[in-house]
Amino acid sequence: MSALQNILIFAGAAFVVIACGLFWRSERWQRARARFQGDRVGIISLLIVVFYGLVGLMDSVQLSAHGKEMSMIEYMFRNTPNERGYSAPYADTTYAVNRPEPLKGRHWFGTDVLGRDVLVQTLRACRTALIIGGLTSFIYIPLGTIFGIAAGYYKRWVDDVIQYVYSTLACVPGILLLIAIIMVLENVNIPLWNGDTIQIPRLVQMSLALGITSWVGLCRLIRGDTLRQVERPYVEAARALGQSNWNIITRHILPNVMHLVLINFVLGFSGLVMSEAILSYIGIGAPVGTASWGTMIDSARMELAREPAVWWNFTAAAGALFFLVLSLNLLGDSLRRAFDPRASGK
Amino acid sequence: MNPENKTLLEVRDLKVHYGSRGGLFGGGTVVKAVDGISFSVAAGETVGLVGESGSGKTTVGRAIIKLAPVTSGVVLWEGRDVVSALTDSEFRPYRKHIQMIFQDPYGSLNPRLTVEAIVGEALEIHFPELSASERRARVAELLHQVDLKPDHARRYPHEFSGGQRQRIGIARALAVNPRLIICDEPVSALDVSVQAQIINLLQDLQEKLGLAYLFIGHDLGVVEHISSRVLVMNGGKIVESGSCEEIYRNPKDDYTKRLLAAVPEL
Repeated sequence: MSALQNILIFAGAAFVVIACGLFWRSERWQRARARFQGDRVGIISLLIVVFYGLVGLMDSVQLSAHGKEMSMIEYMFRNTPNERGYSAPYADTTYAVNRPEPLKGRHWFGTDVLGRDVLVQTLRACRTALIIGGLTSFIYIPLGTIFGIAAGYYKRWVDDVIQYVYSTLACVPGILLLIAIIMVLENVNIPLWNGDTIQIPRLVQMSLALGITSWVGLCRLIRGDTLRQVERPYVEAARALGQSNWNIITRHILPNVMHLVLINFVLGFSGLVMSEAILSYIGIGAPVGTASWGTMIDSARMELAREPAVWWNFTAAAGALFFLVLSLNLLGDSLRRAFDPRASGK
Repeated sequence: MNPENKTLLEVRDLKVHYGSRGGLFGGGTVVKAVDGISFSVAAGETVGLVGESGSGKTTVGRAIIKLAPVTSGVVLWEGRDVVSALTDSEFRPYRKHIQMIFQDPYGSLNPRLTVEAIVGEALEIHFPELSASERRARVAELLHQVDLKPDHARRYPHEFSGGQRQRIGIARALAVNPRLIICDEPVSALDVSVQAQIINLLQDLQEKLGLAYLFIGHDLGVVEHISSRVLVMNGGKIVESGSCEEIYRNPKDDYTKRLLAAVPEL
């Protein structure tokens, strides 16, 4: 089942590499690269994001070791033992007030209720977060951008139809729509070349459902900004020159609304990771046993209410999410500056 | 017939009306931005189009190059109806002949494109056979024509002053070797000293390239300086037309008189 997810993750990574490679030599990218190289915060953020990406990729690579299939992360931490319950970071005994038991090993980030190492869980959850955040963004950003620009540029009936669609979508409570879409997708079987059928993996189902429900906000934003851009004299000038609609959209409008896409992507990312927890809560989230920050943060409601509180589970997941979102945010800002010729002088 | 006096553009009874859809209980209103105007522009001449804000003069310019919808009337280019009779794609070759310089030098250049891309865009559309290096050379030549340096091609619009940006706008219009340029208040957003430079540039280019201008403006001094004939517009109609001399020395229409009286004297 995880094979398709692995393929998707690698396809995503390959897409990013190919896209970068295609644009690498263009003059615009060369200038942006030169500007980006002078941006220390941007470079550090990029390194952090790449680190998260690598961790996600490593958890996707399945190895056969010791007679069973395991991911590279599992393989790296194969000697980390499972305990009998909660234990605090770097503690000697389990976190039981009455009968603390000695631990089989040291756990930097402690262990969770099932005695699993929190560090391993946190690292393994990168993959879930990247699939949910990345794949969903990959679905909703093109949808929101294309529909938003089409509505704002062509106006008239195109705008009417797109507005009807997104107003209708926005009327239905998001969570109900998510449940409905996931329940439909659960019953979709994809035929394989060898005659078998497979179900869409749950994480992909969730990404599809979140993607279908998340584009409305971006679409509204892009539509509004496109309506503004279309009236700008430079678009008029391009029309006066006889430029085609496609070129006006790709050369003049898209680059000028791209900052909204970037901001929306970065701000939406953490929301998407958290919505995974909400979906888990109502029983349509990641399959049982899948490490996810959303679930870790969600279970903290109980853990933080304990006396004494179990804080490390929550801290590790929230910290990992925080650093990813912060890095994405700073990276987004640096990229925006690098690609915006007006910001070159700072 | 002297080729100098050959009529390039003829506008006959041009109307541009904007209608608003009526609500449930009421009919829509119609705004008559341009209401039946006729005039012509000959090769190499400059026709001034003056009027206060909202008189419809910019709409006339936009309608001639199909940027505003024509309600009725015809726009003839060398005797052929080109605006209402042709579709957008059929009209594209004519865009080579008629170009426009815009009022706002700050907004008329895409901030994300280099000068080379901005000026080169016109070449890409109308001279697709040019190679990248030929295009670059032509852009450098065009920049030279408008008194900019060839190395300005690699800069972005925000690195230029208002006057320089307007020169870039002029270079973009010149790129396709037009025969008529519609100048839509090209100097109204500029400082007075820069205005003079741009006007002189336009006149030099006219001499050199034999261009015709439809010069839209509300600054009567500027229009008088550059134009050989002037059309005065009010409420979407031409209220008076004639040579500069006639209009400025001996205005006949009340509106023209008021317009001239409103010019501040320094």
